Amino acid sequence: MKAADFRYERPGSLAEAFELLDDDTLDAMPLAGGQSLMAMMNFRLAQPGMLVDLSALDDLKGIAADKHGLRIGAMTRYVDLANSPLIAEHAPLLHMALPHIAHAAVRNRGTIGGSVALADPAAEMPALLLALDAEITVQSSAGSKTCAAADFFLGMYQTSLEAGALVTAISIPARAPDRRFGFYELARRHGDYAMAGVAVSATGASNGPCTDYRIAFFSIADRALRASAAEAALEGKAPRDGAQAAIAALGELPFAGDLNAGSATKRHLSGVVMKRALEGMTR
Amino acid sequence: MSETRTISLTVNGAASTHAVPVRQNLVDFLRNTLGLTGSHVGCEHGVCGACTLEVNGATVRGCLMLAVQADGAVVTTVEGLAEARRGEDLRQAFIARNALQCGYCTPGMLATALEYVEGGGAADRIAIRQHLSGNYCRCTGYQSIVDAVCDVIDGRAHR
Repeated sequence: MKAADFRYERPGSLAEAFELLDDDTLDAMPLAGGQSLMAMMNFRLAQPGMLVDLSALDDLKGIAADKHGLRIGAMTRYVDLANSPLIAEHAPLLHMALPHIAHAAVRNRGTIGGSVALADPAAEMPALLLALDAEITVQSSAGSKTCAAADFFLGMYQTSLEAGALVTAISIPARAPDRRFGFYELARRHGDYAMAGVAVSATGASNGPCTDYRIAFFSIADRALRASAAEAALEGKAPRDGAQAAIAALGELPFAGDLNAGSATKRHLSGVVMKRALEGMTR
Repeated sequence: MSETRTISLTVNGAASTHAVPVRQNLVDFLRNTLGLTGSHVGCEHGVCGACTLEVNGATVRGCLMLAVQADGAVVTTVEGLAEARRGEDLRQAFIARNALQCGYCTPGMLATALEYVEGGGAADRIAIRQHLSGNYCRCTGYQSIVDAVCDVIDGRAHR
């Protein structure tokens, strides 16, 4: 189908964007890369009164690194993340996951901030940010604040983002030299939303015992979720050695079926992807 | 009545200015206003890849971008590739390898494959399949399409 009618503005500054988003009579929605919202509008699942296209806000684009870590502008496109030497060096987990995020033509338009703000339970980015202990910068006409990824994603397409507020940046803490990463997803077609997927990080020497595991699943429940019992089961063990105990500890998670698979299948696949991610962890 | 905006863009080398309804997506503008029916409309939610075309040198889904967002852009459709004889070897390889039957996916498939070839992609069947994974073909089973892309990469390497 085609999108229902709407009004369109492309503000040149954040202040102008907030003015539009704050006006309740406009029923405005922000448009980032449009790779989910345009599809939802074509389905008429979304029918905003106005689209506020953020593509002219150049301040929201780009990747910067300092001693605290990486700061990624919300309007940075996936293709630019995938081609960034800064991401490859400082956020190898993102680098290894990016080829799995949608298809080439979608990565050419889709943005990290759009994915974060949408909070699709099947999307990779929320789980990646949980595994990386990332912070999300949120801005509105009232000012700017930061929010831990763990406090941001609340449910299916639900976040702590308030009306009129925008995700403006994502901060990823500096990577400890012995931090290791793993990623795995099962999708029927490469680049499609996964049936189940997981991002893993942990601290430890190559092939040796690791501590401080962060295991974040996506596409298994109503939102991206950390598996704290599995993390506890792995603590102090090498990734390969702890995999079976971690799989046994997955029962705590609130698995929920979707169009692809029921909750029992999701639970089984979660064990499969976690084992493969652990076995494939970077050195 | 839809709100309209005036956009100026370059399509297949020709610059023009048009008033477009803001709700019109790029592929509908190209097909219905400019008569460039090479870009096809399939699923209209970004899954099938039939509407894939080139904007500012990168492939996009023509159904997930508004025409109004193409203001100032350089757009190339399958017609423009043919006129510029860009990817002629790819078109010939598609014919030689029977990489199409009904042809519905072909314009999007060519745009996606050309991005891979021109981006220096290797003649690696798995990598090619991954790059083409966003484009459905319901006729060929993909084998012959991957054959064609491999032929072009090998051919360009030996040129």
